[in-house]
Amino acid sequence: MATMTIAKAINEGLRASLKSNPKSLLMGEDIGHLGGVYRVTDGLIKEFGADRVVDSPLAESGIVGTAIGLALRGYAPVCEIQFDGFVYPAFNQITTQLAKIHARSHGRLTVPVVIRIPYGGGIGSIEHHSESPEALFAHTAGLRIISPSNAHDAYWMIQKAIECQDPVIFFEPKRRYWLKGEVDVENAGLSEGPFKAHVVREGTDATIVAYGPLVPVALAAADAAIEDGRSIEVIDLRSISPLDFDTVEASVKKTGRLIVAHEAPTFGGIGGEIAARISERAFLHLEAPVIRVGGFHMPYPVAKVEEDYLPDIDKILEALDRSLAY
Amino acid sequence: MGSTQLPPGTDETLAATSAAVAASGEPVEMVQLLGPDGKLGTDPVFSDYAKRIDPEKLRVFYADMARIRRFDQEATALQRQGELALWVPLTGQEAAQIGSAHASQPQDYIFPTYREHGVALVRNVDLAELLKQFRGVSNGGWDPRENNFHLYTLVLAAQTLHAVGYAMGIQRDQKLALASDSNDPKAAVVAYFGDGASSEGDVHESMVFAASYDAPVVFFCQNNHWAISVPTEVQTKVPLANRAKGYGFPGIRVDGNDVIAVHAVTEWALEHAREGRGPVLIEAYTYRVGAHTTADDPTKYRELAEEAAWREKDPLDRLEKYLRTEGLADEAFFEQVQADGDELAKYVRSTTHGLEVPDIRDSFANVYAEAHPLIAEEQAWFEEYSAGFETDQEAAN
Ligand SMILES: Cc1ncc(C[n+]2csc(CCOP(=O)(O)OP(=O)(O)O)c2C)c(N)n1
Repeated sequence: MATMTIAKAINEGLRASLKSNPKSLLMGEDIGHLGGVYRVTDGLIKEFGADRVVDSPLAESGIVGTAIGLALRGYAPVCEIQFDGFVYPAFNQITTQLAKIHARSHGRLTVPVVIRIPYGGGIGSIEHHSESPEALFAHTAGLRIISPSNAHDAYWMIQKAIECQDPVIFFEPKRRYWLKGEVDVENAGLSEGPFKAHVVREGTDATIVAYGPLVPVALAAADAAIEDGRSIEVIDLRSISPLDFDTVEASVKKTGRLIVAHEAPTFGGIGGEIAARISERAFLHLEAPVIRVGGFHMPYPVAKVEEDYLPDIDKILEALDRSLAY
Repeated sequence: MGSTQLPPGTDETLAATSAAVAASGEPVEMVQLLGPDGKLGTDPVFSDYAKRIDPEKLRVFYADMARIRRFDQEATALQRQGELALWVPLTGQEAAQIGSAHASQPQDYIFPTYREHGVALVRNVDLAELLKQFRGVSNGGWDPRENNFHLYTLVLAAQTLHAVGYAMGIQRDQKLALASDSNDPKAAVVAYFGDGASSEGDVHESMVFAASYDAPVVFFCQNNHWAISVPTEVQTKVPLANRAKGYGFPGIRVDGNDVIAVHAVTEWALEHAREGRGPVLIEAYTYRVGAHTTADDPTKYRELAEEAAWREKDPLDRLEKYLRTEGLADEAFFEQVQADGDELAKYVRSTTHGLEVPDIRDSFANVYAEAHPLIAEEQAWFEEYSAGFETDQEAAN
């Protein structure tokens, strides 16, 4: 066991992949000598050289588009998009090309590209540096979307993403980059597959589903609920597409109540998908409607008011109260 | 061209001697060897490349151009008869495609747009498979790895980046090969796109990446003068070939209706790329004689006279004149070419009718490379739903 931050865990995970797979390579803006604006790729260029850790031109479509070409030639590129709000210039390449090449070629071509995106708010940053665009990608068939919430998962999930033959968008909870945790570098343990949800806390009265940056918030809310005598189960979704409905359903059948929390706007978000599916699958087990806690339908607000935008412990507790009132 | 951006060696001579290589923002000259009159001219650089084309090869050029034109007519007819949802004709662009395609070698990988039927022919793609996409039975058709000819791409310019990435992969492969003493032939990539597509950001980004990494890629722009109804002048203020200078690599405008010049120029460019000297942009100056697609009506936006003027520069006519006057092909040859074209048309017609309509279950099969629970769930639902109809049917019987 080693203790490290999420950023370091991803760094170590990338290092392990670069070592074990000579065809893997990293590409992105400032990822070489600077080590990325969050230093996630720190030191890797020294170890693997500029052909494996590529400081690319400043062009998001170019990064993803050339990664597709490299993948077609047998490479396993890992792209870094510097910030969530700057992935849109690459949206075309991701949704019209990357997601579809396997299907269009009748399975003859695979494009195992990983796209790393630091995402989410809570860091007091300026416009375009705090967004959660995961639903935009989850809606596109052919992509896999995952987001770790702790260092152990970060270490293993990035490696599994690189091994995966499908394109994977790896959303990194940037406000948790410095969150420390234990990493078992010998044994992936429960996280053998990155596309499964984990029950990270058992409970009986209600279930909270969260992923990425909100998992610690959900756990803190569950802690706080103990004071009111509530036993809350918390699920770390880990994978947004595919979404592990089985784990969520099993939990809801136990607790009868479900709260879904994410930073992205609730409208059209992943929470709505979970609510709809769970009401189809476990309608008779539900004691209350599924309640979503998320962002408002507005551009991500200015940093000075983001506290009012982001789901926090109180917002989740309020949702729990509403759920338990039924 | 400033010598600073030139790789050493023959390029220096090239820059010094061929005004056809974009030298500045000035209007660029055009490489032409075989004129509309069917007479062979000279070029200080590219004549040497043209000399490599023996008479047999010239006859192959002609036969391929004629066959692909015949195929084009047949596909257009099939569309008119409702057998294809849409057709994208290439008539007028045969020399640009056949000439460039023959310059590539099997190890070179080609990224087409959606009109490169002539290139597909040269790369041995089964033309019946090529029609699958237009008949609506596949979004692809052929196995791209079999002939190193990628699937068509309908999102304009997206493939130019794939081409550069692929070329970057070739560079890395070569380094690995050097380390392992392998003797694989050097390879390059050709990216085809149109003058309209040249306005897309992806073309710009692809050229930036290609230049930054000296990627072995040849950008082959067929300037057929129209992007559906919009003329080239709306896409660019300078000759497209001149843009290459801004990225720091050679740009050449070639008479796209002159199969000999196209071949010579592309061969030079591919050698340049394979030898590690970086990318080249070729602008093949040509014309889309017919409609953009079978859904288009060119009479709404251009003069018939323009089309007629370009018909005077027809790529097949001029090669035919040359072959006849030089005594390189006799009547029997031209008759055989026609017969082969008819044969191809017959083949395409019959195989098109026979193209199998896939089951929607095939669409579930390849959304992902690895198992995916949502796909499994939706497919299971579909099976149950379909089975319900069968049960209803049985009950009704
Ligand atoms: C991104 C994108 N925008 C619009 C279209 C619709 N469209 C299809 S072909 C075309 C014109 C393309 O012109 P050009 O690049 O010159 O190629 P050509 O068809 O003339 O060979 C347009 C606008 C498209 N396919 N992709």
